Amino acid sequence: MSDALPTPRRFPLTAGLMAGVGGLLGATAVGWLGLPPNVALLLSITVGVALLAFALGRVMGWSDRWMVIAIPLGWFLVFFLVPFFVLGRISLSEAIIARPPYSPLWDTAPDGSIEILASLQNYGFILGESLYRNAYLSSMQVAAVSTVFALLIGYPIAYYIARSEEPKRSILLLMVILPFWTSFLLRVYAWIGFLRREGVINNLLLWAGIIDEPLVMMQTPGAVYVGIVYTYLPFMILPLYATLVKLDGALLEAAADLGASPIVTFFTVTLPLSLPGIVAGSMLVFIPAVGEYVIPALLGPSDMLMIGRTLWDEFFSSRDWPVASAVAIIMLILVVLPIMWLQSVQNRQEQR
Amino acid sequence: MRRNGWFLPIMATLGFGFLYAPIVSLVIFSFNESRLVTVWGGFSTRWYGELLRDGQMLAAAWISLKVAMISASVATIIGTLAAFVLTRFGTFRGKLLLTGMATAPLVMPEVITGLSLLLLFVAMEGMLGWPAGRGLTTVVIAHSTFCAAYVAVIAQSRLRDMDESLEEAARDLGAGPVRVFFDITLPVIAPALVSGWLLAFTLSLDDLVIASFVSGPGASTLPMVIFSKVRLGVSPDVNALASIIIGIVAVAVTIAGFLLLRQSKTAR
Repeated sequence: MSDALPTPRRFPLTAGLMAGVGGLLGATAVGWLGLPPNVALLLSITVGVALLAFALGRVMGWSDRWMVIAIPLGWFLVFFLVPFFVLGRISLSEAIIARPPYSPLWDTAPDGSIEILASLQNYGFILGESLYRNAYLSSMQVAAVSTVFALLIGYPIAYYIARSEEPKRSILLLMVILPFWTSFLLRVYAWIGFLRREGVINNLLLWAGIIDEPLVMMQTPGAVYVGIVYTYLPFMILPLYATLVKLDGALLEAAADLGASPIVTFFTVTLPLSLPGIVAGSMLVFIPAVGEYVIPALLGPSDMLMIGRTLWDEFFSSRDWPVASAVAIIMLILVVLPIMWLQSVQNRQEQR
Repeated sequence: MRRNGWFLPIMATLGFGFLYAPIVSLVIFSFNESRLVTVWGGFSTRWYGELLRDGQMLAAAWISLKVAMISASVATIIGTLAAFVLTRFGTFRGKLLLTGMATAPLVMPEVITGLSLLLLFVAMEGMLGWPAGRGLTTVVIAHSTFCAAYVAVIAQSRLRDMDESLEEAARDLGAGPVRVFFDITLPVIAPALVSGWLLAFTLSLDDLVIASFVSGPGASTLPMVIFSKVRLGVSPDVNALASIIIGIVAVAVTIAGFLLLRQSKTAR
């Protein structure tokens, strides 16, 4: 971009350059990566629409500021917010054998009158069926217990790291993050090798003579708890560490000077000051754990009720999209929305 | 330095043991000759060879790599823009909405994200005729969206820490906003964007649930293939695959950690 050119002449130049780059990118995408042409088309369309908006903005005199805002705002609106409205709309219809497999919300009768077909019957069905109610309750219970265990295990680790000196601190922190970068699915899979009948734990215990018969650990609720705590532990440790590392050591010394024992100091000074980290970490564990599908599917008993699994089966096995949507909406209302509201209130308080 | 006592080191050691024991045993047993995975039958690299001959697995790995590369790139662009807008543009209409939409995907249960996006794609196909069917494109869009939220978090924290006087100085010297962004802001936050891209790449490579919902025939990603295999029980070639992935990640993270450590030393 040369400053010597006045803006009006610079714009078509930039646009041409960008279009060229876009075309080149598309061609590479098709040729080298072997992408299907529709992906490349999508890329080109995106670039094209962006350029068109840019040019249109210039002509109409829209502010550049808004055009920059519009890109992330538009993307998240279309691909994050709108899907929830679609979800809500389909939860009001009825499953039919067609493509797509749900009924329309209204129908025009031959005489021209409009008949409303939307109904809340899916919600009535879910709330009336004890299977779904128990699935919601038991997922929340599993998630809550796992969160408490993750907190109990994660807190000492986070505290230990926060009180270590550099470079030990960085290395330990890296060791917490490292498992997070390896595949989540494979880490859950690793537990199968640990817990099953001929697994590592049973072999060790048998070899040491502690047990005579292999323990049954796979396909038990206990295995699901272990899996969830194990998978989400880094999410608990990192926010805890972030608050504990900021803790002023002078406060602890002052408490000790005034005669408080380490335990009293911990419960009256450290714990209350690390509360934001506890809340953040617990949320990061609790919400995904409620909807967890993979861990109960791989480690849990087949009759263990978890709402993520119920939704999955409703969608993939029963192919009942409307009921699956209603299950998701109720999950949103029960778990996600209250917690997100709490979080936003907390954020606003912190900013003050 | 305060005394740590015995409680914290012991708890921390146990905690790290809990984090690493399954991974270590996974790697050890990938070199096991026996098909029985957890019964030692002698050292062998047999399962690595078998993995390389597994066409379905290799095809899925290639699809996953492509999806991850494109999604991470798109996510980095959108996430950076969102972070920039949220930290540098003051207040504007829709700011609260954007803040919420850029953080909510982080905690949204995957089954909800997956299902709602699939329903959107189906509804869009019915109304606009695009996307025609489901496959690579829909997986890329889904992954880009939730990865963008992660990039936005990382980029925002870097943008907040950054010394804004640099940008002000450039503006005072007559640089336009676009120039300030590309010449000053972008180079300064580049390391954060690199780690954001890498995180997005890993998350996309790792996702099973969302991909299962929005993917179509012929576009099974690696986690989908692994999951269908693992559901039937342990299989030694999955151990081999896991060891390769763990090896790559360990080397990459160690190099990154080493570089960061050296950087912080020279900075002092």
